[in-house]
Amino acid sequence: MGEQARFAAARRRFLRWSLAGGAGLLSGCDASSRRSEVVNALSLAEPLNRRLQRFLAGDRRVREYPSRMISPVFKPNGSIDPRTPEYLALKQDQFRGYRLCLRGLVARPLDLSLEALRAMPLRTQITRHDCVEGWSVIGQWTGVPLAHLLRLARLRPGARHVVFHCFDDLLGDGGRYYESIDLDDAFHPQTIAAFMLNGQPLPVANGAPLRMRVERKLGYKQPKYVHTIEVVDSFAHLAGGRGGTWEDVEGYDWYGGI
Amino acid sequence: MAIAEAAAGRGEAVRWRSVVRHRWPLRLMHWVNLLCMLALLGSGLQIFNAHPALYWGEASDFTAPLLSMQMQRDADGKGRGITRIGAYAFDTTGLFGVSARSGDGKNVVRGFPEWATIPSGRSLALGRRWHFFFAWLWVGNGICYLGWGLASGHLRRDLLVRRREWRALPAALRDHLRPRSFRPLDGYHPLQKLTYLGVLGILAPLAILTGLSMSPQLDGLLGGFIEAIGGRQSARSLHFFVMASFVTFIVAHVLMVVLSGPIVLMRSMLTGRVRVPVPAQERGDG
Repeated sequence: MGEQARFAAARRRFLRWSLAGGAGLLSGCDASSRRSEVVNALSLAEPLNRRLQRFLAGDRRVREYPSRMISPVFKPNGSIDPRTPEYLALKQDQFRGYRLCLRGLVARPLDLSLEALRAMPLRTQITRHDCVEGWSVIGQWTGVPLAHLLRLARLRPGARHVVFHCFDDLLGDGGRYYESIDLDDAFHPQTIAAFMLNGQPLPVANGAPLRMRVERKLGYKQPKYVHTIEVVDSFAHLAGGRGGTWEDVEGYDWYGGI
Repeated sequence: MAIAEAAAGRGEAVRWRSVVRHRWPLRLMHWVNLLCMLALLGSGLQIFNAHPALYWGEASDFTAPLLSMQMQRDADGKGRGITRIGAYAFDTTGLFGVSARSGDGKNVVRGFPEWATIPSGRSLALGRRWHFFFAWLWVGNGICYLGWGLASGHLRRDLLVRRREWRALPAALRDHLRPRSFRPLDGYHPLQKLTYLGVLGILAPLAILTGLSMSPQLDGLLGGFIEAIGGRQSARSLHFFVMASFVTFIVAHVLMVVLSGPIVLMRSMLTGRVRVPVPAQERGDG
């Protein structure tokens, strides 16, 4: 075999190996994605992300925008029209019977109507909402800073996380949407319990009558249709134990800051 | 090579010796880098598939994406994969927008096809886990490379473009456009150096910065940079274009290897050694 032919054969071998290697790598990724120890190893990046990003960003606020940048439509996602009986009953009555409960590790549990919330110190902010899927929309939110509510209720020793319980049954399995954040995010000045979007009462698709804005998080960490804010030391005993519906069901990271 | 040809011209037998071309830290980091890039590419396309459209600006203007991959029903009611770039639309059924799923081979709506994503089936959550894990590994590997490259003199000796190379650059460019067989040189070609430096100094930092710019947690920290590049959605689009540039680089890099001697170059990046002809004067007959 001549030099040329030998090289041509070697070249073909090389290309074939590369292709086979690529295909093998991909199927290897699929197989390993189903193994919990691999997923756990991959998940080591989550605490690294959380620690590094929090260290870098400190308690900086996210940017707020001028009103001309508000998106024409605030794209709703996830639950957009909850059908649970307790929600339908409240909706029929224009949420007059709605109460926001604050309970758990607090000295003084709260039970607040929308009028009571409106009478509190309010914050209005025009911020960007980033969905985990990748898109962003900008809206103007008005609500009560969560820090204000937590100070009114006075945290008891051991309080570490804040859990939001919602009206919607996202998966249709009889469960209810929930999410959780830690005190760092709970006391951030831009974290508010919002009941207005773009100067109007919150539409049903966007979480009426009240949703959380946790501006340093992706959308799934900012629950809609919230009825109870529970202060806990740990969320391990709730539902799937991972701190939120999407975390339990889909395996999204609890951090949700990137 | 010139030595070997000269020796052959004189009718002498060529003597060879094996020398170290790439030291082991470089080889190790090269292959770790490749592993990371492939994992980042596949998982990145998985993440992209969660919303297969790109926008320019701070927020998404859903009516005017820069690029989108969607399903559209044709007159027979069949789903076609339509890729739009600005005002142009292309039928990319089978590749982008609509492609076959493994198992039953049925066409499903998805941005990039299964063979291009990690994992192959749809899972944004797992795609994110792969992506962030390998992002850390890739950045760690990159920091090791820079540290080693500075300490060992590799960056200065092998990648720095020298003054005579700058002067010879137009000629090198012209020469490069002519079809000819490629030969491995003793050092890197100046165009090769510039490409590597561009990847190191521009593409890699841009990939990291545009990636972090999508993080709401870092919005306060990176606000100035995000505004300078046009907004959060611009950062996402740029992250995608940086990916495309990396893919172009990898394809060109592999092509150059294949054209200039895949066995020799592969061996040099695996074992570190290449065979070079022994100069005549060292053999005592020059």
